[in-house]
Amino acid sequence: MLQQIEGSAAVAQAVAACRPEVIAAYPITPQTHIVEGLGDMVKRGLVGNCQFLNVESEFGAMSVCIGSSATGARTYTATSSQGMLFMMEAVYNASGLGLPIVMTVGNRAIGPPINIWNDWSDSMAARDAAWIQLFVEDNQQAADVHVQAFRLAEAASLPVMVCMDGFILTHAYTRVDVPEQADVDRFLPTFEPQQSLDPEAPITMGAMVGPEAFSEVRFLAHYKQLEALDLIPRHAAEFETIFERDSGGLLKSFDAEDKDTVVVTMGSVVGTMKSVLADMREDGESIGLLSIRSYRPFPKQQVCAVLAAAKRVIVFEKSLAVGMGGILAADVRMALANLPLAVHSVIGGLGGRPITRDNLRRMLDKGVHDELEDPHFHDLDVAVVHRELERLRDNQRPGPSAESILRDIAGADAVARSSE
Amino acid sequence: MFQIRIHGRGGQGVVTAAEMLSIAAFEEDRHSQAIPSFGSERMGAPVVAYVRIDDAPIELTEPVSRPDLLIVQDPTLFHAVDVFSGLADDGFLLINSARKLPELHIDDALARLPEHHVYTVAATDLAMRHLGRPTPNTALLGAFTAFSEVLHLESVIKAINARFSGDIAQRNVIVARAAHDAARAD
Repeated sequence: MLQQIEGSAAVAQAVAACRPEVIAAYPITPQTHIVEGLGDMVKRGLVGNCQFLNVESEFGAMSVCIGSSATGARTYTATSSQGMLFMMEAVYNASGLGLPIVMTVGNRAIGPPINIWNDWSDSMAARDAAWIQLFVEDNQQAADVHVQAFRLAEAASLPVMVCMDGFILTHAYTRVDVPEQADVDRFLPTFEPQQSLDPEAPITMGAMVGPEAFSEVRFLAHYKQLEALDLIPRHAAEFETIFERDSGGLLKSFDAEDKDTVVVTMGSVVGTMKSVLADMREDGESIGLLSIRSYRPFPKQQVCAVLAAAKRVIVFEKSLAVGMGGILAADVRMALANLPLAVHSVIGGLGGRPITRDNLRRMLDKGVHDELEDPHFHDLDVAVVHRELERLRDNQRPGPSAESILRDIAGADAVARSSE
Repeated sequence: MFQIRIHGRGGQGVVTAAEMLSIAAFEEDRHSQAIPSFGSERMGAPVVAYVRIDDAPIELTEPVSRPDLLIVQDPTLFHAVDVFSGLADDGFLLINSARKLPELHIDDALARLPEHHVYTVAATDLAMRHLGRPTPNTALLGAFTAFSEVLHLESVIKAINARFSGDIAQRNVIVARAAHDAARAD
């Protein structure tokens, strides 16, 4: 049903329509509204045969999810930021045991400095945890991709994260056609677990494996995840026939074919980026956009096919591998290793820094002329950085930079106001 | 596209106002988006929320930097944050204040706005009278529909009823109607 609704509420309703049997979650901003909404619906008896478990921590949440999924119950949770880190051991267990749990990540920065706003540090910290990671561009996709995520998780017997930008999507009120129960029931079959704990037919899950077989088990994890590259587009096509919407899939090209420059990114910045690139095309620039929707597994071949004719690629991401550079950029470079084109890495939007049409245009005007340093830190206040570096050099015990930079910026603001 | 930026303080219902505006636009079959800009969530701290209304789907997710309308829920913010940043020269300004405009000491900013583009309403007074709480948001939404064709009062009332229920909803509807009648151009 078409609603003007908060992104979190739309996701809660979509998840409820998937008939989860166990939800275990611990609140953390910015995903809290999702599990609050689900808790409320479960309490009012609107989610069928579902148990909502309040747990003492994120580690508890994922541990409950592992237990319930292992007994064959359709299982859901959500987390963000530090919450993801706190559950991390169990995150690896869920994928290692092949349990089809669906988890929303309300993408948020990781501190210190403590920061509640959006970037991708949390789901990137779990990049190698062998979960499937799907990114969504808007709240319609957020609702739809959760429905596809349960189908995918259960078909592949792998856990799936649906990554949605915190606040920008979780807290935005937009128009969403929330998936109807009857349509979800047509798309999503009853959960038939590929393995389950049953006292009548005992099995061991999580056996210890030594050097003689560990490589083979890990190879199979890789192999199984790559199989999802076939499932994801198939499910998206089937979803489209039932719901009459294009949602999900491996990737999406927005006028990227046969363009000299292609921007590659993920998530909610796609909308603003589309607007900037449309302006640039109007000004005669040959530039398009590729949105990665399945980050893990990474659709290497499909990315190559879209980018093969480009002269340069500009990867824009809200994530940073400190000491190296862009994370998504590294993936794109690996995918394009055999193609003769330049890949520029741009890191922006960290900790919720606004990404605007104006600042994107300034960056891209340099990018199309190969004038970006590598990696390029988008919208960085270089003067602030220089002053802080100087201060660090001049003081024997300079103290923490976070506080110092805040004082510096507050002082600059006060000076600007007094001179008005 | 019509873009609105709402300035207020934590506890004044700034984010709720933006959400209700987006629901009111939806009621008129228009596309709309409300995005909060959360700071540290403290009572009294400056809070900003953004609304976009359009006939076509809205893809932008950037903050509203060039608003067509500014709603100022607390006039003390004029001297605390750069409220007027990016306001179009033909933009509108709606202020919660029982005072006359000269008493707000914002003459420089007002000078560039055309006649009948600046409105005030004593939203906190109306809220205190009918709700017993200093939440001026629904009054300001009602006042907005008095001078703008972008949304109609009846849609705002539908949004209030979608957001609140029972007695609280009724009282807020009374506030919105009263503010609609009381809004005055300065």
